[in-house]
Amino acid sequence: MPQAIELDRLWKFYGDYPALRDLSLNIAQGACCALLGRNGAGKTTLLRILAGLSPFQRGTVRVCGESPRSEKARRLNGFLGHGIGVYEDLSGLENLTFFARVAGIERPASASAHWLERVGLARAASMPVRQFSRGMRQRLALARAFLHAPSVLLLDEPFTALDDRAIAMLTELLTEARRRGATLVLSTHQLREALAIASHVALIENGRLCYAGERTGDMLEDPALLYRLYTKLGAA
Amino acid sequence: MAIELRTKESINAAGAFAVVILLLFSFAFDPGADATREIGGGLLWLVFAFAGALIFNRGFARELPNDCLDTLLSSAVSGASLLLGKSFANLLMLLAVEFLSLFVFGIFYDVRWWLRPLELAALCVLATWGISVIGAVFGALTVNLRLRELMLPVIIYPLLIPLLIAAIEITNALFSNRPLGSYELLWGRVLLVFDIVFTALAMALAETILVN
Repeated sequence: MPQAIELDRLWKFYGDYPALRDLSLNIAQGACCALLGRNGAGKTTLLRILAGLSPFQRGTVRVCGESPRSEKARRLNGFLGHGIGVYEDLSGLENLTFFARVAGIERPASASAHWLERVGLARAASMPVRQFSRGMRQRLALARAFLHAPSVLLLDEPFTALDDRAIAMLTELLTEARRRGATLVLSTHQLREALAIASHVALIENGRLCYAGERTGDMLEDPALLYRLYTKLGAA
Repeated sequence: MAIELRTKESINAAGAFAVVILLLFSFAFDPGADATREIGGGLLWLVFAFAGALIFNRGFARELPNDCLDTLLSSAVSGASLLLGKSFANLLMLLAVEFLSLFVFGIFYDVRWWLRPLELAALCVLATWGISVIGAVFGALTVNLRLRELMLPVIIYPLLIPLLIAAIEITNALFSNRPLGSYELLWGRVLLVFDIVFTALAMALAETILVN
């Protein structure tokens, strides 16, 4: 199986502090990897490196065989970080149309309208984002990340601020993306939701990879199992 | 640009600033005096540079809320395109401010700036492009600084000195309705080289400036 993401002996420092330590991880094309770990473990740093937003000091990073800053890798990526990545003064439709143009989508307006419908924001299409609730913002951000049908989806805490219906919608979108062969990497603290979708799990503690492997049935039954088995701190 | 056209926050601030400064200086000098005509170019280009700083400060700062800059940087758009786009937006806004300022200048200083419109327009585009590129580059570099409103002018004005001298010399000749001689053409070449060098540097270093 070809690898969508290859990390080899990756080190990332903030000043003298090593945020990622000698991290090696491969994620196969079409896999869904749940990136787990406590606050400050290095999940967001890793996702930012994969999205080409953060330089690293040592090691090798390949996204679809390319450097994360290469145009090809950026074109294939869909990134949702902590910030929702949309403009407050523009409406939902204007935001998506702008990002559709940036991604080079052929009919940006109709693609944007379609995605607003998908995330349940069609009625708020012309409303400025500054008037959106937190959940609506997160749904718009998801639409923005999925808009250009990326081959690699990098999602940092995608379940944040979503209600039950929106979580079901996101789960459906992620399942659909996997069906079309996209690779998903999502960091989350919502273990139950993430493990239900994930095919693989990577657990990070203090910048080190503690566990990487397939998601098993045991993990689904007991989501905190990984923390108990593989981290020093154990389950909280 | 769409957000700026809707909110007009940068252009209103820069336009109002330019008009107020020109009005205040009109009280300090005797309008119509030859001396006023001689310092007209200098006054105008300093006002444009100061007004420009207000525009450049907002350029990348507008991308900070909700991490929009990260979204753009992780998209298919290259750093060079992003910097070039910001430079064009700066150019358009600053040209609008310059156009407004020229009207105010003509009224309050009794200077007939419209006598050589094509040459003045070419000069404005050439000099403003240089200011805009520098503004975009250093706007990106200072965007995460707490004192960016202070730091940006402190950094860019020394760099703009050759460009401003060139623009002032040519403007003074145009305002006096003198034909452009070899002296002014030399400054014109300085402007051109300045634009080419800084545009090339900005494009080459865009990734380093924006990502690192």
